[in-house]
Amino acid sequence: MSGKAAGRVTGLQWSAWNLLLLVPLLMLITPWFNFDKPRLLGLPFFYWYQFLFVIVGVGSVALVYVMTKGKPVVTGKPDRLAEVDGLDEGADQ
Amino acid sequence: MKTEAILAAAPGSGLQWTELSIFVVLFLLVSVLGFVASRWRAAASLDHLDEWGLGGRKFGSWITWFLVGGDLYTAYTFVAVPALVFGAGALGFYALPYTVILYPIVFLPALRMWSVSRSRGYVTPADFVRGRFGSPTLALLIALTGIVATMPYIALQLVGIEAVLRTMGLNGGGIVGHLPLLVAFVILALYTYQSGLRAPALIAFVKDGLIYVVILVAVFYLPAKLGGWSHIFDVSQQKLTTPDPKTGKPSGSILLGANNQLQYITLALGSALALFLYPHSLTGVLASRGRNVIKRNMMALPAYSFLLGLLALLGYVALSAGVKPITNAATGNADSNTVIPVLFDTQFPSWFAGIAFAAIGIGALVPAAIMSIAAANLWTRNIYKEYLHRDATPAQEAKQAKLASLVVKFGAVAFILFIDPQFSIDLQLIGGVLILQTLPAVAISLYTRWFHRWGLVAGWVVGMVWGLMMLYNIPNPKTGKAHFGGSALALDKLSIFGWHPFAGSQVQIYPGFVALVANLVVAVVVTVIARRMKVFNGTDDTEPTDYHADEHDKNLRPVGAH
Repeated sequence: MSGKAAGRVTGLQWSAWNLLLLVPLLMLITPWFNFDKPRLLGLPFFYWYQFLFVIVGVGSVALVYVMTKGKPVVTGKPDRLAEVDGLDEGADQ
Repeated sequence: MKTEAILAAAPGSGLQWTELSIFVVLFLLVSVLGFVASRWRAAASLDHLDEWGLGGRKFGSWITWFLVGGDLYTAYTFVAVPALVFGAGALGFYALPYTVILYPIVFLPALRMWSVSRSRGYVTPADFVRGRFGSPTLALLIALTGIVATMPYIALQLVGIEAVLRTMGLNGGGIVGHLPLLVAFVILALYTYQSGLRAPALIAFVKDGLIYVVILVAVFYLPAKLGGWSHIFDVSQQKLTTPDPKTGKPSGSILLGANNQLQYITLALGSALALFLYPHSLTGVLASRGRNVIKRNMMALPAYSFLLGLLALLGYVALSAGVKPITNAATGNADSNTVIPVLFDTQFPSWFAGIAFAAIGIGALVPAAIMSIAAANLWTRNIYKEYLHRDATPAQEAKQAKLASLVVKFGAVAFILFIDPQFSIDLQLIGGVLILQTLPAVAISLYTRWFHRWGLVAGWVVGMVWGLMMLYNIPNPKTGKAHFGGSALALDKLSIFGWHPFAGSQVQIYPGFVALVANLVVAVVVTVIARRMKVFNGTDDTEPTDYHADEHDKNLRPVGAH
């Protein structure tokens, strides 16, 4: 059940690069940027800091896209969670 | 055009002729596009949901970018987000983090959803749930949630159009006052009926183009005219912190306070998790050609987020320009959703205001069309075919969906005509909380079938009921409403069967998020019990390979196969 089955990708494809997708979530830590000063072009820090995160978000997704293009780094395992007690016979073989 | 007749007949001289003419010309242009769209890259026949409802599942990166952008960033968003900033300050800016974290979060699950839907021919999220758990009941719950959450959203697009029409002077009373809106919607309904998803896809080019031009001009021209951003923020801060005469408290601030930071965070996160659970968002994703198209779009769509952030700042511009929102004759309250139209009307030369209004008006048509298609797909696949006509052919499905799209749209118009628009706004707020409750069944089960279907059903029920109860009990002192007064719940009021774990705390939180946590906890508990008792968990139609299928795979299910 791992790697390629009948020439097709199967299982969970995991790459450490995917962790980069968590970086934009740092934007949710409001105490880091809930300030007025310094201002940029008249915008309080609160606003231009968050605008910068648009670029961080695009950058993270772009890096993950480029680095995981077409190559599964770790070929995954089947969904073992679902098969804990063999209730799913007939569901996945 | 019928519109002309109404103009001539309208009483008073408040009509903005330049604005109206530009609006009408642009509106007619997109209407023609909508009808022509049925022939655009068309297959031999549109009599299949793959064609009518998903545009043939072959949209490339550009079309998808315009389509999904036009779909997610609706006219209502463009009107309501600045209105929120206008009324409450920094809290309204949550729309930016919401739409930034959105794409990294959905990047991977959206790909799996596309692949499994492509290989199995799924058209709706409920189709996927049906296949994954072999449970028509769970699928029905998901489908109903989707329809209920989408309907008021469509109605709100109409609120957006009407705000613009009334600002241009088409402010008649009674049914006559709604006629221009009705005409616009009949045209929309007809070309959606005929062209399906291709119509909004083509119109989205015009809509997004106009929106970009208008917003960019607005954020550079208006601050220059009004003394620069720094000045605008200072004036806004002063106005926001002045105590409101009705409540005796300041209405907001340009920064977050001690009590609304958690609200800001959970609102952004909850909304981001919810957005791609809306059926219309998935429709845009499923219509794309392949996984790479989706990946590229997840990178490029934040361009709209940037725009939305800039637009939110226009709320401050309106504050400092001293904009007075138009008073809604029905409720007697100031309708803050009119601040952006009024700002454009007073600050721009009328020809440009006309373009701006057309952008908002056309901006409402694209999502309204996609939403009605998505709701029609849900009705057809998960209710009509499942319960009413089991052996419907693909052609009958397409026919049914076309009719359903008409019903959905006129339902939305009826909403606006006969019910206080405030009700749609309340419902949309509720809809966000409701749709979030489908996350375990739709999103988590893309990864694992660990959850038991009865666990998911139980979690859904608890999330729904508790979410609704919390929303019901939120008052709004500003408008004097006792219920459904907003999406900020003070932790003090959080009650678990009468137990108040955070009694005394004035910190606010987004109730949808709380309901989702409860939903997950219940789903886990019931799953564990059901597994212990060896309750049958349905059969899984999907194969592990389905979740990685891509456009050039061999043996891929043909599109539009009968």
